[in-house]
Amino acid sequence: MKLKGAQILTKCLEKENVEAIFGYPGGAVLDIYDALYESQLNHYLVRHEQGAAHAADGYARATGKPGVCIATSGPGGTNLVTGLASAYMDSVPLIAFTGQVATTMLGRDSFQEADIYGITLPITKHNFLVKDVRDMPRVIKESFHLATTGRPGPVLIDLPKDVCQKRAALNYPEKPQLRGYRPVLDGHPLKIEEAAAAITAAHRPVICAGGGAITSGSSAALRQLAELCSIPVTTTLMGKGVFPENHPLSLGMLGMHGTRYANYAVNECDLLIALGVRFSDRVTVRTDAFAPGAKILHIDIDPAEIGKNVRVDIPIVGDVRRVLEQIYRQLEGGGASEGWLSRIEEWKKEYPLKYNGGGDPIKPQYVIEEIGRITGGNAVITTEVGQNQMWAAQFYPASRPRSFLTSGGLGTMGFGLPAAIGAQIGRPGETVFNIAGDGSIQMNIQELSTAVTYRLPLKVAVLNNGYLGMVRQWQDIFYDGRLAYSDIPGPDYVKLAEAYGAVGMQVREPAGVRRALEKAMQINDRPVLIDFIVDRQENVMPMIPPGGTIKKMLEE
Amino acid sequence: MFRILSVLVENNPGVLTRVASLFSRRGYNIDSLAVGRTEDPTISRMTIVVEEDDSVIGQVTKQLHKLVDVIKVDDITEREYVDRELILIKTDADAPERSEIMQIVEIFRARIVDIGQSTLTIEATGDEGKIKAITEALRPFRIRELVRTGKIAMLRGSSFTTARSGGQIKKETDR
Repeated sequence: MKLKGAQILTKCLEKENVEAIFGYPGGAVLDIYDALYESQLNHYLVRHEQGAAHAADGYARATGKPGVCIATSGPGGTNLVTGLASAYMDSVPLIAFTGQVATTMLGRDSFQEADIYGITLPITKHNFLVKDVRDMPRVIKESFHLATTGRPGPVLIDLPKDVCQKRAALNYPEKPQLRGYRPVLDGHPLKIEEAAAAITAAHRPVICAGGGAITSGSSAALRQLAELCSIPVTTTLMGKGVFPENHPLSLGMLGMHGTRYANYAVNECDLLIALGVRFSDRVTVRTDAFAPGAKILHIDIDPAEIGKNVRVDIPIVGDVRRVLEQIYRQLEGGGASEGWLSRIEEWKKEYPLKYNGGGDPIKPQYVIEEIGRITGGNAVITTEVGQNQMWAAQFYPASRPRSFLTSGGLGTMGFGLPAAIGAQIGRPGETVFNIAGDGSIQMNIQELSTAVTYRLPLKVAVLNNGYLGMVRQWQDIFYDGRLAYSDIPGPDYVKLAEAYGAVGMQVREPAGVRRALEKAMQINDRPVLIDFIVDRQENVMPMIPPGGTIKKMLEE
Repeated sequence: MFRILSVLVENNPGVLTRVASLFSRRGYNIDSLAVGRTEDPTISRMTIVVEEDDSVIGQVTKQLHKLVDVIKVDDITEREYVDRELILIKTDADAPERSEIMQIVEIFRARIVDIGQSTLTIEATGDEGKIKAITEALRPFRIRELVRTGKIAMLRGSSFTTARSGGQIKKETDR
């Protein structure tokens, strides 16, 4: 039996066990929506296509399954762009379907025509423009394979309207045929030996785990290695949660706003074991001064990441979890020296993360600590971007992987709320908190309506300082306090939340923080937004200025 | 330093854009790029001449290999290969100059492919050195138009750049 292209699409999505689709209809995808109407697939209607991309992204980060989103041609597709770029930078598996004008209309500047294939070339792992309905099953099979294997990433499929209307047989291939794509999963045996020997020989080792450690499901293997050899573990922003942060060996986050002790440890280690990281400039700050005395062992599934930003002594291409297990089998004891561990303990005691707490006004860090306490570090956190993101990274004690979702690479303001929607749909029984700033939350506030529609009990904690806080902080420190357009008035958030049908609260005093959070935890049939009026002048500290080294670290 | 990459790609629409945009986005310098179908109609072959340091070349080959449509990347610079470029040169050529030009053409084993009232069009193939030499030799006669292909190259003897011979670039673990 021959099916319409749109029906082939929905059947293929069913075969891929897609449980959630985030999308927004429009002219060029009417056939797809017509097919959705008769399918068993769960479609969630967002309020802006950017929300669809971020929600699919949040769903994927929270569940490990690929996120799926749909948008119409032209503006629908271009509205996905920021979401795709965010997912690409953070290696999140996403499949985006866009409608396109009919093949006969392509290239004529037709109504709602945009070359989304061309536009998304540099921000997708791969993309397709399907011109023949018979290619559709193969393209969808390949897309899911590409998005979810190797170094994951977004894949976009552009579907002209007539292709969705034409009929073809549904022959869904068992396996994709991609001769130019063969990710290496196992580490090279010689390099594994070399790595094991280096770990055995090291006196001052440090593990630095990133997003790739989470993607590969390395938590257990990482913990096994760290505990066996007493190796302290720091994580990047993307790696947060892969190693429990209340563990004695945890150093928290490193980098520009990392803990002092993580940065000291990396600065003085003799072996840096880098797991699924790409040595972003926010981590190394200055690559030539990064881990100066260390041998660097870099494990990553993407060969192009090795040696891209920093020199590497022992490169291993492969899946982080598999490689860790390979190394573990070869280890012959060894590990950190007593001296190294006690040194780190001293740093931890001497330079803890701190802020001037107590008294009015509310300190933003305190709100995050309270969220950590009330949820036991077991919530799923999404963040926006800026100060709220860095404070959350510093003060929220993440205890497990896939529970701290943040736009690390692209730094997309407006990511957190839609990502929280995707996360809550992917993990319905769990507490989901969006830690937001008053600047960021306004970038995709319309998605509150989506959360209300689907009765999602997610919580939004707005750290409201009336500034684009990170911009204000940089202007204060590096631009002589010339606060150009960083003072940003906002709406009445309580009224706003209520207008959308959510619960709105405002807290002005430290004493009210706990009570508001407790109240929010009781609500389970709709979103809650809490407007925390926090100290306007609070800065994210410590901070290594851009291009600086650890010696130049700023402290409050 | 110039490196010669022999790259096998899927003969898909858009593959040239992918390669070109990769080079522009990452800021790699392409000296020339020649592309055409191979003995297998589903595969095209690109010969890319890149002007970069060794440290950057490693990144170039890895980034190229990351493209799903790229099947194989071979850096043949250090190996034995044959390379050719093709050039067409149209010069001014009045009657008295013609014999002189024809002598030059003879010396370079080039060919005259068109004669106009006051022009000659010369076709030459060869490696870069020869192409440069004949261009210089003809310059005094006033070159009116010049068009050339990029370099195409192939390994000598029984070494091959084929989709079957592994498909991976060397060993992925090197830097």
